[in-house]
Amino acid sequence: MTMTLDKTVLDMTATELREVNTTLQAAAKAQANAAYEIINPRGSHAMACGLDGPLSVTIKGSTGYYCAGMNKEATVTVEGSAGPGVAENMMSGVVTIEGDASQYAGATGHGGLLNIKGNASSRCGISMKGIDIVVHGNIGHMSAFMAQKGNLVVLGDAGDALGDSLYEARLFVRGNVKSLGADCIEKEMRPEHIAILKELLEKAGADAKPEEFKRYGSARKLYNFNIDHADEY
Amino acid sequence: MDKTPQTEPRQSWTFSNSINSEIRRAADTGIYDIRGGGAKRRVPHFDDLLFLGASMSRYPLEGYREKCDTSVTLGTRFAKKPIELKIPVTIAGMSFGALSGHAKEALGRGATMAGTSTTTGDGGMTEEERGHSEKLVYQYLPSRYGMNPDDLRRADAIEIVVGQGAKPGGGGMLLGQKITERVAGMRDLPVGIDQRSACRHPDWTGPDDLEIKILEIREITNWEKPIYIKVGGARPYYDVALACKAGADVIVLDGMQGGTAATQDVFIEHVGQPTLACIRPAVQALQDLGLHREVQLVVSGGIRTGADVAKALALGADAVAIGTAALVALGDNDPKWESEYNKLGTTTGAYDDWHEGRDPAGITTQDVELMKRLDPVAAGRRLRNYLNVLTLECQTLARACGHNHVHNLEPEDLCALTMEAAAMAQVPLAGTNWYPGKPGF
Repeated sequence: MTMTLDKTVLDMTATELREVNTTLQAAAKAQANAAYEIINPRGSHAMACGLDGPLSVTIKGSTGYYCAGMNKEATVTVEGSAGPGVAENMMSGVVTIEGDASQYAGATGHGGLLNIKGNASSRCGISMKGIDIVVHGNIGHMSAFMAQKGNLVVLGDAGDALGDSLYEARLFVRGNVKSLGADCIEKEMRPEHIAILKELLEKAGADAKPEEFKRYGSARKLYNFNIDHADEY
Repeated sequence: MDKTPQTEPRQSWTFSNSINSEIRRAADTGIYDIRGGGAKRRVPHFDDLLFLGASMSRYPLEGYREKCDTSVTLGTRFAKKPIELKIPVTIAGMSFGALSGHAKEALGRGATMAGTSTTTGDGGMTEEERGHSEKLVYQYLPSRYGMNPDDLRRADAIEIVVGQGAKPGGGGMLLGQKITERVAGMRDLPVGIDQRSACRHPDWTGPDDLEIKILEIREITNWEKPIYIKVGGARPYYDVALACKAGADVIVLDGMQGGTAATQDVFIEHVGQPTLACIRPAVQALQDLGLHREVQLVVSGGIRTGADVAKALALGADAVAIGTAALVALGDNDPKWESEYNKLGTTTGAYDDWHEGRDPAGITTQDVELMKRLDPVAAGRRLRNYLNVLTLECQTLARACGHNHVHNLEPEDLCALTMEAAAMAQVPLAGTNWYPGKPGF
């Protein structure tokens, strides 16, 4: 560990994951809004997970599975790409991925902002429960599957079966949608949606106009089981 | 005129009245039957085993004077803080939503008085449950309803649910009538809609991923909490081996008699293996890996008596979990509600429409008036009493076999009454030294 005036540097060639996370978790809990930089992450799994407090963490490289999992309040930036399940079950705070994100990005997230500057793979935002996700590139198939709450914004294209079995999450896509999943439909973009989208695009630093997007949401036909809809499943 | 003699009306075994009634129900509704509980069909079970007891070759222990320990420690493999239980019987995972808040409180009270743990379910952790459970296992389910790091940290153990005995490979459905404002709020869903619980986890696939998921959970909880993996009784040898590989501290193995809040009847009755058939392969897997007793095995699905507990332990389990029996102890299916069961088209002992939320006993409901029928304090005492009886019965049998700890029970203490039970439990058919599949025969 090395310390400068404005940040503490943790080198993962010399520091074990357990020590990295213990250090970051303690710093978050201290509520001091400190800054940490992690170098040589070498694709480690479960980095910077379980942070519970204001803290700035910059990871200089790519990460493995579940980076920033269950994050609360902390700001985590990955200066590389992220493996599966980045920011899974995130509660609050901001997680930024400068590169691409693998499968299940933001899965089951309850709050906060996940900002993916590159592309996101399949099942982005699966079962999301209130998180906001902005993807500057494209997203893969089955994204927002069973998504319950929150907003998924995609500046690029969406793959197959977008929003399958969707609940109340809002999906905004600027590019093409290859296909919509069961019970997911295009919906009218009303002024309140433009306002939500405008704010999210600004927060994410995205160069796009809200008017360029289409909104998708649940048709709510599968909310209560009906045998006449069995073919949808 | 003489009447022509006739044979008496003969019912078809294949097309029984019960089967025909289901055909008519299906034809009327177009929907498969959904119900709660576990398999109702007769399957080989612990009743098909007997203890041999002590005689010339073994000394029994004196019933009321010589100690027979019942303590269990769960989570000794990796967790910094294993769970210490006074008895080898735990309360299985059942959700708030499926059960009322009063019922969850009663489970916590009863388990705590008896010195054991209770378990959350789909839908998150409630204050009633945490507040009244000295030891609480927090389930980590595919839906992740209510999942958050704060509750993860205030749990005493974490149970990753891969499957359950009533429906290995299946998810769940909590019908809209039970999705009240409170239940909906905890699950981040609109009030009154059918709430689906996925059958697979959203962010991992297979044991290699699960190993990393467990690493993440341990990192979030400072490696303190025992990590359980719950599997349904499908392929117990391989499922247990893979759960060990993924890093489990404890494996919960749930046979097909294990209950569910709501699943298709066809699933409950036709998928999975009987509890009795699952234990020996699971124990074999642990032994082959050199992990028997280091990774603890908790068996559930149809545990009703202290004899069932003792037999499960004798076959190699470290503890058992009860769900349906615990609800019965609280007051589920009590004859005092017979007239109300009749109004619902059923009868005491057969009531299983737990998903409809109209439970006369006030247990599997979110109806405010029905919930009031269950006094959580009194129901908690009933559960404590029942758990005590299970423990006393288990001790009685262990002493009779000459053991000063219930974990010293072993397969050699048992014989089987049927060929099927002998084969599944791998203990000799009564009066022989043979069981089907025994090497050397």
